[in-house]
Amino acid sequence: MKASAGGYARASDLRHALDLLGQAGDAGRVLVGGQSLIAAMNMRLSTGDMLVDISRISGLAGVTQQDGRLRIGALTRHADLGGDPLVGRHAPLLAQAVGHIAHAAIRNRGTIGGALAHADPAAEFPACVLALDATMHLEGPDGARDVAVGDFFIDVFETAIAEGEILTAISLPVAEPAEVQILKEVARRSGDYALAGLCLVRRAAGVRLSALGVGSVPVLAQGAMAALDAGDIDAAVTALRAELDPQSDTQASGGYRKHIAGVLLRRIWDEIGGTA
Amino acid sequence: MTIPFGNPNRPNSYIGKTVPRPNAARLVEGRGRYVDDMILPRMVHVVYVRSPMAHARITGIDTAEALAVKGVLRVFTGADIAKVCTPWVAVLAHLKGLKSPPEHAIAVDRACWVGEPVAAVVATTRAAAEDGAALVDVDYDPLPVTGDMMTALDADTPVLHADMGDNLAFRRLHEEGDVDAVMASAHKVVSARFKTARHTGVTLEPRSILVDWNAPEGQLTAWHATQAPHMMQTVLAEHLGLPEGRVRVICGDVGGSYGIKVHVYPDEVATAAIAKIMGRPVKFIADRLESFTTDIHARDHEIAGRIAVAEDGEILAFDIDDWTAIGAYSVYPRTSAIEGNQVVNLCGGPYDFKDYRAQTTVVFQNKTPTCQYRAVGHPIAVAVTEGLVDMAAAELGMDPVAIRRRNMYADDCYPVTSPAKMRFEGLSHHASMDKLVALMDYDALRADQAEARKKGIHRGIGIASFIELTNPSPFMYGIGGARISAQDGCTVRMDPDGSLVALSGVTEQGQGTEAMLSQIVAEGVGVPPAQVRIITGDTQVTPYGGGTWASRGAGIGGEAALQAALALKAAILEVAAAMLQAQAGALDIRDGQVVDADTGQDRLSLAELGRIVYFRGDTLPKGLPRELVQTRHFITSEYPFAFTNGVQASYLEVDTDTGIVTLLKHWCVEDCGRIINPQLVDEQIRGGIVQGLGGALFEEIHYDAEGQLLNGSMADYLVPMAGEMPDMIIGHVETPTLESALGAKGAGEAGTAGAPAAVMNAINDALRPLGAQVTEMPFTPERILRALGRIED
Ligand SMILES: Cc1cc2nc3c(=O)[nH]c(=O)nc-3n(C[C@H](O)[C@H](O)[C@H](O)COP(=O)(O)OP(=O)(O)OC[C@H]3O[C@@H](n4cnc5c(N)ncnc54)[C@H](O)[C@@H]3O)c2cc1C
Repeated sequence: MKASAGGYARASDLRHALDLLGQAGDAGRVLVGGQSLIAAMNMRLSTGDMLVDISRISGLAGVTQQDGRLRIGALTRHADLGGDPLVGRHAPLLAQAVGHIAHAAIRNRGTIGGALAHADPAAEFPACVLALDATMHLEGPDGARDVAVGDFFIDVFETAIAEGEILTAISLPVAEPAEVQILKEVARRSGDYALAGLCLVRRAAGVRLSALGVGSVPVLAQGAMAALDAGDIDAAVTALRAELDPQSDTQASGGYRKHIAGVLLRRIWDEIGGTA
Repeated sequence: MTIPFGNPNRPNSYIGKTVPRPNAARLVEGRGRYVDDMILPRMVHVVYVRSPMAHARITGIDTAEALAVKGVLRVFTGADIAKVCTPWVAVLAHLKGLKSPPEHAIAVDRACWVGEPVAAVVATTRAAAEDGAALVDVDYDPLPVTGDMMTALDADTPVLHADMGDNLAFRRLHEEGDVDAVMASAHKVVSARFKTARHTGVTLEPRSILVDWNAPEGQLTAWHATQAPHMMQTVLAEHLGLPEGRVRVICGDVGGSYGIKVHVYPDEVATAAIAKIMGRPVKFIADRLESFTTDIHARDHEIAGRIAVAEDGEILAFDIDDWTAIGAYSVYPRTSAIEGNQVVNLCGGPYDFKDYRAQTTVVFQNKTPTCQYRAVGHPIAVAVTEGLVDMAAAELGMDPVAIRRRNMYADDCYPVTSPAKMRFEGLSHHASMDKLVALMDYDALRADQAEARKKGIHRGIGIASFIELTNPSPFMYGIGGARISAQDGCTVRMDPDGSLVALSGVTEQGQGTEAMLSQIVAEGVGVPPAQVRIITGDTQVTPYGGGTWASRGAGIGGEAALQAALALKAAILEVAAAMLQAQAGALDIRDGQVVDADTGQDRLSLAELGRIVYFRGDTLPKGLPRELVQTRHFITSEYPFAFTNGVQASYLEVDTDTGIVTLLKHWCVEDCGRIINPQLVDEQIRGGIVQGLGGALFEEIHYDAEGQLLNGSMADYLVPMAGEMPDMIIGHVETPTLESALGAKGAGEAGTAGAPAAVMNAINDALRPLGAQVTEMPFTPERILRALGRIED
């Protein structure tokens, strides 16, 4: 099919982008890497969009470290993120995720901001930032605001980003000396969206565990986290399976996905030495 | 004239060598010319409005809003098209009892599957046509949906085509010997149920056609991505009421076919009808989404199989009950009964046994029609046969290689006729198996498997022997009344500077036909392959032929090319003999020079001979024939089909916690007779294996109970990708067919035929110690875990 866009404009800076979005009203659509949006438009799942291309805005890409936090610009491409030394040290979970996201061509174009704003529950980055307890930084016509990751993902393809707002960056605490971050998933083919996946972050304060591909949003598995903090893997697996209610589709049933989540948790647990 | 193939050092020995493909540079440099690259003056685009319902009466079509869209020119309904295009009925006389109702290019009154065209919107751009298509307002009155295969013939299942009486399209029972008696007295009888998924071919280039109608000339020209230009010429002529001579089908570069592009598609015929009505060029390019709903599907089979064996492993009998559902219509003109028919013909194929019963039951349902796709029926028959053989071996405690060696036809027993009444001219099952076992180092693999098992790693080895039907005679389609040519022809011409042009009726789909033909012609005449230009895919210039299907291009089209080339060589030498005052028999052509046959000494260049013939013919003896254009045709006549054989092996690992299968390595030894280009054959085998692995592990079209297709995109219909593919080791045994001087049989489908069975047997080899078995393809992680009983709900 041929896409049916309403219009296209390239924003020169953030203010310009916000103005363009304001003018477009509810037809306004941020375009960055296009790796989700253009595919949707090409299937006419989205038509009439007034595209505001923010991909050339300077200052919204790249990774910096400041005041004990890592700040990742929304326009940072998957490929750049995967090779970034600061990410490698402080958010290795994200670097691991890049290896699971699609293929080189898509990683060269897709951005972390786009992936988070798109909010596909089977995508890796949403679950990663949930496990990393990130903060989302938004810019809107009325100024900037921060949203805690726990409040960000609302439903399939739906986030706390309001009409006219742009996700500019995310930030997360730098890694503790003994911090563990690990992502495991099962996909039919390399690069496919996972049938199920888990992200585990272990800090002094405790374990954070999130799951992808098993619900309408990435799931923070609090029951399993408590059991892991208590060092009880069997209870954690039971709790995890109880707190997930995955969909069935043509790739796998919900029951399979639930089973896999438990398998992955045991594998992660073995890999990190089986202690809380 | 013959070619001493036994001597690899013979002059011009291009047959049997890997030579560069003449079209490769052009294609990799982006200079290929596909239908969508064609832009003609006054060209318009057509987009089809497709039924969103699996079965519905069309009660009204309102086109007003669509016609108001800027750029939209016309909207056509089924009734509009029916005025210029007759419907077709896809049956074949030799498939007794096969029935199917008339099918229109655009549905008239009733839509029978999701995706069936119900209206056509023509506009100045594809985008405008899509805008218009979205606004065509069709009123549907839903009708009951027939979806399930196994209940299609039940009394309370709605009958899809009332005129047909029931949902049975075709049934064939073949019986040889007394299967019931053998089963009753055999040492062991093993039975199992198998399923092969509905899948499709997923060509890189989607279906494409551009048709122009030149009214003053009364000529229809179709640029078409097709495997069979002459068949399409005949079909378009017949259904649009034109003489064949006024229909020209041109087939330029084609981006893969795999059988998908050898059928008559309603939307493509409708495009031709629209061009005729509008008197201007009309282009239709299927997009990826409509490819999934409208390209033919294949291999939706459920099979109950039984094998009877003696204590020593002798195979006594096979009993096969095959069911398949073919969608709403049998596909024109090859029909949709062939796949089931092949299952009956091919089960038990490699084995020397006596008692055989096989039945296929082919039913209608409200889904996309199924038809012939690469390796038609073979992957099903091979999976059932080889699955049962492995299960029997396990029951008897026999090694899978040993039970096959015990039962395969001896290499010196040919010719022989199988219990399915297939006639084999010459096969090499044992030599192939010996080579496979050596290539894979079978004993070392078994040791590795045992070692891994000690560590809780579950690896499996799977073997699959097979036969493959190639080089078909008219027994495949022609005798049933279809105007599908089993014969093919080639014209070879020498131009003044000694260049050769060969025009062939077989076609290039990306598989290397042109390379193969250039080698044959080069050797046949005696010039370097680069001096030969190959022309295929134009009904106005090439000899009439069948095109690409059933692995016939090299065996049939290649032999025609060889004979034409040898005839041209003889004609050239006749002229040369006169010019040199020598005996033609004492001369030869080598590397583009006429030489003394004995000494190899240069006598005359072809360019000089060409100069004399074309520009100074006055200097040649009066009456000397100077026919530097020669045409030959070839058709097989001794055997209905040239069977080939081979054996594949898969080594893989099953993660018994996740159900994921990792392919470690794959082997195939096959015998396609004379190998013309080793690299092309190897890559055909590898590509075929990949498609077979797709069927085994990934590809499955899902429908819901209402007949809605659930996974019609590349995101959720999984094709095999490079990352999951194992290294593939290919070996060959060569048993040339004696039907032709070339001796080539087909190699295009062997990989696909055997790969799914090899993988199934390997998975079951890995799972056997755990008491699990899978027989339903594709072997998804979930199916494997369910077989292992590892999933709680
Ligand atoms: C074949 C294929 C396979 C893929 N496989 C995977 C996979 O395995 N795992 C995975 O996680 N992803 C996968 N993806 C998706 C990929 O990661 C996308 O790049 C990503 O989801 C979107 O990033 P983008 O920059 O391309 O966003 P775009 O496509 O440009 O935009 C996506 C959406 O987000 C909005 N948006 C983008 N940026 C912002 C912003 N800064 N502020 C507000 N809204 C914004 C857009 O308006 C749009 O609605 C795949 C994509 C393809 C094409």
